[in-house]
Amino acid sequence: MTRLDRKLLRDLWALKTQAFAIALVMASGVATLVMSLSMVASLQRTRDDYYERARFADVFARVKRAPNALAARLAGIPGVDQVETRVVVEVILDLPDLIVPAVGRLISLARDPTAGLNLLQLRSGRFPEPAGRHEVVVSEGFATANRLRAGDVVPAIINGRRQTLTLVGVALSPEYIYQIRPGEMVPDDQRFGVFWMNRIELAAAYGLEGAMNDIALTLSRDARKDEVLLRVDELIARFGGQGSYGREDQVSNHLLENELVQLQGMASIPPAIFLAVTAFLLHVVISRLVQTQREQIAVLKAFGYTTGQVGAHFLKLVLVLVGVGLVLGVAAGAWLGADLAHLYARYFRFPTLQFRLDPLALILAGGISVGAAVLGALSAVRRAMILPPAQGMRPEEPARYRSTLVERLGLQRVIGRIPRMIFRQLERKPVTAGISIVGIALAVAVVVLGSFSSDIVDFAIELQFFGAQRHDAALTFLEPTTARVMHEIRQLPGVLAAEPFRSVPVRLRFGHRSRQLGLLGLPAGHQLLRVIDTDWRETALPAAGIVISRTLAERLGARLGDSVSCEVMEGRRPVFEAAVAALIDDITGMSAYIDHALLSRLMREESLVSGAFLTFDPEREHALFTAIKVAPRVATVRTRAAAVELFRALMAENLLRMRLINVIFASIIAFGVVYNAARISLAERSRELATLRVIGFGRDEISFIFLGEVAVLTFAALPLGLVLGRGFVGLAVSALSTEAMRFPAIVSVSTYAFAVTTVLAASLLSSLVVRRRLDRLDLLAVLKSSV
Amino acid sequence: MTTPTAFASLPGGATGSHAVFEARALTKVYRLGEVEVHALRGVDVDLYEGEFVVLLGPSGSGKSTLLNILGGLDVPTSGTVHYRDHDLTACDDAGLTRYRREHVGFVFQFYNLIPSLTARENAELITDIAERPMNAADALALVGLADRMDHFPSQLSGGEQQRVAIARAIAKRPDVLLCDEPTGALDVTTGVLVLEAIARVNRELGTTTVIITHNAVIAGIADRVITLSDGRIASVRPNASKTSPANLQW
Repeated sequence: MTRLDRKLLRDLWALKTQAFAIALVMASGVATLVMSLSMVASLQRTRDDYYERARFADVFARVKRAPNALAARLAGIPGVDQVETRVVVEVILDLPDLIVPAVGRLISLARDPTAGLNLLQLRSGRFPEPAGRHEVVVSEGFATANRLRAGDVVPAIINGRRQTLTLVGVALSPEYIYQIRPGEMVPDDQRFGVFWMNRIELAAAYGLEGAMNDIALTLSRDARKDEVLLRVDELIARFGGQGSYGREDQVSNHLLENELVQLQGMASIPPAIFLAVTAFLLHVVISRLVQTQREQIAVLKAFGYTTGQVGAHFLKLVLVLVGVGLVLGVAAGAWLGADLAHLYARYFRFPTLQFRLDPLALILAGGISVGAAVLGALSAVRRAMILPPAQGMRPEEPARYRSTLVERLGLQRVIGRIPRMIFRQLERKPVTAGISIVGIALAVAVVVLGSFSSDIVDFAIELQFFGAQRHDAALTFLEPTTARVMHEIRQLPGVLAAEPFRSVPVRLRFGHRSRQLGLLGLPAGHQLLRVIDTDWRETALPAAGIVISRTLAERLGARLGDSVSCEVMEGRRPVFEAAVAALIDDITGMSAYIDHALLSRLMREESLVSGAFLTFDPEREHALFTAIKVAPRVATVRTRAAAVELFRALMAENLLRMRLINVIFASIIAFGVVYNAARISLAERSRELATLRVIGFGRDEISFIFLGEVAVLTFAALPLGLVLGRGFVGLAVSALSTEAMRFPAIVSVSTYAFAVTTVLAASLLSSLVVRRRLDRLDLLAVLKSSV
Repeated sequence: MTTPTAFASLPGGATGSHAVFEARALTKVYRLGEVEVHALRGVDVDLYEGEFVVLLGPSGSGKSTLLNILGGLDVPTSGTVHYRDHDLTACDDAGLTRYRREHVGFVFQFYNLIPSLTARENAELITDIAERPMNAADALALVGLADRMDHFPSQLSGGEQQRVAIARAIAKRPDVLLCDEPTGALDVTTGVLVLEAIARVNRELGTTTVIITHNAVIAGIADRVITLSDGRIASVRPNASKTSPANLQW
């Protein structure tokens, strides 16, 4: 090690608290970046590997009923590799412990469950015996949530008859990595389970012998998917086909994809902010260092050290600091990532999900950190390099003071002598003061950014579950049913009000773009499901035309008043044109609504309903759901209470955990910035402050001058920080929004207050730490030294 | 009246060897805001191998500027400086850096030690980049600090710090030693110790040595005394009988 390197280490040691604060800020950014990107890589690798091994299908389609022979014709489509047909039905499960019944999806197994597509991986037990009656394999999520094991039985209402399913195995499926019922916002493992049983048995129960109602197929490498989808749709149309779709629209895969998008969002905005703050802090600290070491730099140059050597010396100092930040950040990222993988493993059921640090993420984190740090320190290092040796020997010109703006405005009589000194100091160095203000403001902004997630959760719950969904429960029927069923529904025990809805699978087409979704028909005067915006404005369903989410309109490229084509994929499969009568900004972003009567007319059907929204007397809940469990036509049921509870639980685990981490990181930033500003100010002014002490000022008075400056900077930074924070939230919301969930940028007053409090606390804490140094100021030593 | 010039008045110098430095018609103008400061107004000077020169003059007379130019820390506004066969005025920054690295040792009024390095490390900082340095410990022994080598500057007195600075300057065996008010911040006793160290280096290593000072008493230890006044050389005086630093009083 050269002497110059030894100097570097000792300089760093002298700066250790400041250097550590900066390294921590950098580590926060690196940790977030490494964690998110490595998690993305881990999930992608796990997913691709699993899909490959389990032969996850590329294309999916549902039909009402088609002969098995259709499989051969599907296999004949150019580009189709392998075809598997299945029977899939939904049933009500009558688990004794659940008041609100669970829903099971029964899927037929191929004769050889280890061949074909979407292969199950047995976690325990075995596959059903070919001759075994009512033997099923159950999805792991449902088994875990309901504490079921092989050998347990589950009562189910199969085609109107109560049957007992015997669990013989627990399995995972690539189709249900994320196991969620369509239309739900969060998964409910307790009330939604997937069961696989022998095909002959299942088909017989639903009169589908020799037939099927669900198709999965894989594509060959050179297939053109859009054409395959078109050909599949042509073939299945006359069998009640509901439109084929690719992996990207397969529910589990789609939500997994959304999660990856969010993780990538998390890897962009927060690390960028942390590294920007790091660059800023390094700029401040290295500038200061170069200034205090003017003479040392001059001596080095006088004795023949080259400009390059001097520059490299200061850059090395920055790089050592970056190294510490990187090591800390990668360690924290690995730790947080492993923790996150643990959480993910609860919602995304892979055979194994292992978090591995992604080498690319590490390289990226290293590159970006070094880049940001060098960029931050560059101008200061350059100043050291171009410092002429002779000039470095001369003392700096005394700082020029002038009367402040406040004094020029004639306010000096109002302001005491000491505050006047504070303002003069700040006005003398407007750039330094400005930089400190921006730094503290960034800290405020990061706290806002880290905390707003709970505002959005509260907002989403309020809007979705209390603003829009005014019902306590929603039922769906096995098949569209005549509206007369509503009379029976209203007669169920405890029902206070009931409204029907009609949901039809459609493909909305505008120009060459199209989208499959459920078009929801609501009756005139509907109260139990309202169509509302994120600003709580209710949109009335027009007598003509449809109302769709703004996001959906953007995806289609359609604007208000445009006429979109609705291809119904049910019943007589009518195709009709409907004008976009209104756009709504909603959370889910992919909704389409229509007046029920209008829909019936366009469908050329009598008034059919798909399900009903209910409000009920909570005291009669038990009686109500006991009745619903055995109601032959009811396919599924869900309640608001359960949904809200699940949503909260998911968000609490996910977002609020991130919030804690963010708040810790933001406090680190706040502390780092304020501490640095205070330390530098102390270094610059120790002589002046010592002089004041010598001529008779007390400790408290000089503390007031000194800390008053920090206080002025902090208070000036707060409003700027809140504005910046609001901006960051806007950026984050757009980076984190996915097709499944779009959040408005909402920040509550309490979040702003929290940010202000956090930064004030960090500011106070660092001021007190610096004040201790102020109290220990060695008056004589300070005055005797030459600088 | 003609300006006395150093080379004209004493050809051959005290040691009888040839000129190491030849400076001709040096001027230096600083611009401080809107004011022009004429630090040097046409200086001609020769310095000879192995000689011990004291540059005397009040503050503002231009002596530090002259020293900085001779040491390659600064460049003149006009005029030429030759060090042996190097034309310093023709050198760029890299050339001056190489010149300083290879030939010059500096001692400053405020020592300018690196506070984070020990006495030995401060000297080694320079031997790290020198071509044929002496052992840092030997250099420190030469200035009488053999037993204080592992102390940090803050643990040394002013005189000791200045001697560390001298050791640092001579450790690389420079051809010239340039000292800017080396005793300016010291009391008599420690100042004498420092001057003794410098005189010893000049004597034993034969290093061409220039000290600038405003303290006329110090002139007694020099071979030649050059006095500057208002940016010009006012007089050049050889010392018939050199005194030992130990006999100085001020």
